[in-house]
Amino acid sequence: MANKQMTEDDFIAELRDGMTIGIGGWGSRRKPMSLVRAIVRSGVKDLTIVAYGGPEIGILAATGQMKKAVYGFVSLDSIPLEPQFRVARQTGTIEAVEYDEGAFYLGLLAASHRVPFYPTRAGLGSDMTTMNPDLRTVRSPYPGPDGGEGEELVAIPAFELDLALIHMNRADAAGNGQFLGPDLFFDDLFAMAADRTVMSCERVVPTENLLDEGSFHTLRIQRIFVDGVIEAPLGAHFTECPPDYDRDESFQKLYAATAKDPDAWKAFKATYLDAPTHDDYLKAVDAR
Amino acid sequence: MNRADICVIAIAECFRGDADLLCNPIGICPIIGGRLAKATFAPDVVTTDAVSVLTTNPLPLGVPDAPRQTESYVPYRTIFDIVWSGKRHVMMGATQIDRFGNQNIAAIGDFRQPKVQLLGLRGAPGNLINHRTSYWVPNHSERSFVEQVDVVSGPGYDRMREVGAPGNRFHDVHRVVSNLGVFSFETPDNSMKIHSIHPGVTVEEVVDATAFDLVIPDEVAETRTPTGEELELIEVIDPHGLHHGEVPS
Repeated sequence: MANKQMTEDDFIAELRDGMTIGIGGWGSRRKPMSLVRAIVRSGVKDLTIVAYGGPEIGILAATGQMKKAVYGFVSLDSIPLEPQFRVARQTGTIEAVEYDEGAFYLGLLAASHRVPFYPTRAGLGSDMTTMNPDLRTVRSPYPGPDGGEGEELVAIPAFELDLALIHMNRADAAGNGQFLGPDLFFDDLFAMAADRTVMSCERVVPTENLLDEGSFHTLRIQRIFVDGVIEAPLGAHFTECPPDYDRDESFQKLYAATAKDPDAWKAFKATYLDAPTHDDYLKAVDAR
Repeated sequence: MNRADICVIAIAECFRGDADLLCNPIGICPIIGGRLAKATFAPDVVTTDAVSVLTTNPLPLGVPDAPRQTESYVPYRTIFDIVWSGKRHVMMGATQIDRFGNQNIAAIGDFRQPKVQLLGLRGAPGNLINHRTSYWVPNHSERSFVEQVDVVSGPGYDRMREVGAPGNRFHDVHRVVSNLGVFSFETPDNSMKIHSIHPGVTVEEVVDATAFDLVIPDEVAETRTPTGEELELIEVIDPHGLHHGEVPS
């Protein structure tokens, strides 16, 4: 099996302006934050970020690198609305395409299955279409429940991704990933929906040790969908990554406070986001 | 008699008659009311730990290590599958709600560049068009019970009439519970009607706190009060008394 381990510098070298990047996890849970900081360091711009959004959306809005966000929601969980995202929305600095949470899943699924859309009732009658004037409906080719005309449904377009970033608890060097927490979220679909997938993980282990900590049900990322593996202990910090660690709530509060204070944001970015390596970041967090 | 306890009972009553579906209340009083309904008169609903499993015992709120009897696994993807299957009754909040039950939790102002960004659409569009939905509004006022919502997260009956059959066939806004009363849409044009008012509240108070004309029945019922057993269960489900903080006294 090919060894797909790579460095953060290798990863940065792949990044291009204008990319559409899907980011796994959910809210402030198991987000590939070391890779998000690598994006910040790279300086690439005009990005489209596709996510069940958390701090990555807020951070890349605040750095000005994200042109457009496609999301099911943007939340820090214990802080219900992502504060930097709130600022970006209220000042109109980003283009925003918001989907019903379940409909968002179908956009990932459609891209994973290489079909142009999946149909759903979700969105009919709501203002989801206000945010997305390009959204189309489709009429079922089959008779409706009364035997009459087919039902009209919303066609959620495939979220085709140039790159997907996910963070797992464990992985092997070949790209098999393992989640040990309560929920995989949609990380398998992000990996399938993307041309390339880079997976960070808490620890790279030999393939023969993948069943040491969880049953085979936890082996939900297959190496055929993964192109690069980066070992990044505490790589999801400050988001939670159970059972390895909980959310760092005090650090999250520190981040959240930057939305109300441009000087605090500058200091936060300089101290944490601009740290030259993941190890430097961890040292800065420890020194806090 | 405490208003917050009455609200929890009114919320629990929304789930009366439910069986073999996911009782999925969101927010403090809704979670307590849902778990209370399951522990008493709606034992055949299932409820979550708000993370990823269904538990048979009514979990106490704010006690993460409480013993639990897990009966099934429901990661987020499964929750969406359940939404689309229809076997769910959700209770959501509403920053704004109007006479036809249109709900806004998304934004104040123009959704494209809001004056105030709120939570967003979240799962409301999919919930409303797939299964029964109820709402909890702890601060009944002309700012929450509005003539017209700024953004439609969860569509109400007028929007669903525009969608028409067969797309609207699973739409069912059941009840709105506020700190003042309980409301339904059981009227010829599905506009909001007083179902009951909480003990100590007057019809006039409710009308004054509502920006649109409510349908007022000839005989206005009073929301029932909790039994002794229910009060004990509320203490068990909410050991920190969090529901008192959600209802203005």
